[in-house]
Amino acid sequence: MDAIRIENLTKAYKDVTAVDQLSLTVKKGELFSLLGVNGAGKTTLIKILCCLTQPTGGDAYLCGKSICKESASVKSLIAVSPQETAVARGLSVKENLELICGVHGFSKEKQKAKMQELTRLLSLDAVIGKKAGKLSGGWQRRLSIAMALISEPEILFLDEPTLGLDVIARSDLWELIRALKGKITIVLTTHYMEEAEALSDRIAIMKEGRLLLCGTAEEIKQKAETSNFEQAFVRIVKGEIR
Amino acid sequence: MRMLTFSRRNVKEILRDPLTVFFGLGFPLVLLLLLSAIQANIPVPLFEIEHLTPGITVFGLSFMTLFSATLIARDRSSSLLQRLYTTPLTAADFILGYTLPILPLAVMQCVICYLAALLWGLEISVNLLYPVIGILPVSLLYIALGLLCGSVLTDKQVGGVCGALLTNLSAWVSGIWFDLNLVGGAFKKIAYALPFVHAVDMERSLLAGNLEAALPHLVWVLGYAALTLTAAILLFLRQMKRQ
Repeated sequence: MDAIRIENLTKAYKDVTAVDQLSLTVKKGELFSLLGVNGAGKTTLIKILCCLTQPTGGDAYLCGKSICKESASVKSLIAVSPQETAVARGLSVKENLELICGVHGFSKEKQKAKMQELTRLLSLDAVIGKKAGKLSGGWQRRLSIAMALISEPEILFLDEPTLGLDVIARSDLWELIRALKGKITIVLTTHYMEEAEALSDRIAIMKEGRLLLCGTAEEIKQKAETSNFEQAFVRIVKGEIR
Repeated sequence: MRMLTFSRRNVKEILRDPLTVFFGLGFPLVLLLLLSAIQANIPVPLFEIEHLTPGITVFGLSFMTLFSATLIARDRSSSLLQRLYTTPLTAADFILGYTLPILPLAVMQCVICYLAALLWGLEISVNLLYPVIGILPVSLLYIALGLLCGSVLTDKQVGGVCGALLTNLSAWVSGIWFDLNLVGGAFKKIAYALPFVHAVDMERSLLAGNLEAALPHLVWVLGYAALTLTAAILLFLRQMKRQ
């Protein structure tokens, strides 16, 4: 079954079309990456799929639910870890997790169980009582992902999850994302080629709101006739490969 | 329940900021005590404690505007709101969640000011209850201003607009620091077309036990509160859609 089915999705503003007649599918349990240079439309696409922005054309179906007609149902299926670390800075790590449990209406028992599970999964024990605003960038990202996972989403959107992190923090996050692979559907946007290549089942390359190519990292390299993924990306975005 | 969870978070964020505690509770007290000390040495009718305290309690609310606007603007810039918009929280949950937690803080600020004023010579009377109740619609106005500013301004702009502009406006045209009749003319007319002086006059009348005199001012305050709250809700919903 398709976790996401996008049909001719378009988002046009006055002077720019951020997403242009885009169609693609993401399979259940797949880790799907969106690649593109700045302004390619990746973040706009994620915002549309998360029901944060209305499309001006087309539709998308998440686990069969329309983002245009069933946004409340869609919201109960998804979670997002936005580009900026979206945490409540004055609250402790524990309180941030409690906040998300509370807004999802979890019972006390469920809240306790989910918090224990997520604390263990993301190794948050060491910082559980610390204020989120005092954590390093890497720990804030971890917390951000924990907050996204706590609602047991079917589909998790990770918008530039490793942006601005050091090598160790990025490696730790890669490990975490790998651990989630297969359990839930993950849509990841990134600027890092090696990240997309190392983690993704399939990759979509976008430019100016349009989908240029979609396939596995191997398929993309074959198409671009190179063994280097970054080179393949550059050739495709520059239009050297049709 | 969901809204209460969000409200609790907002209260924690506000109260954990030491600057908030100082400006919200400490600064009005400092002003009250300082001006009372001046009054003790150089008597000025405007600074008599029963005249000064209602003004200070209204002026102190401009910091509540600053707190709520800063919180909302920060949540917008940090993308926390974006995350929360993808949860089952509704627009009403957000608006109530940002508005309701400030009300008890505003009342607490008012009560603390009156307790300090009692120590400074204000007479104990049942009339003290009226301005504490009367502060609620005034608080609503100031909180709505916070919601409005937080919905359209960045966290840096909020500091300038709410921290400087509003506190000054609230001070100059409210008749707290000087009698508006001393300036008179257009200045007085403009001041009386705005809600701040009405809020102060209402609180002064309530403390004096003159409920009848407070009523016309209450109408002004409620009218402005309703208008501001409506504008704030519309602007909040607009930025929510613009996500």
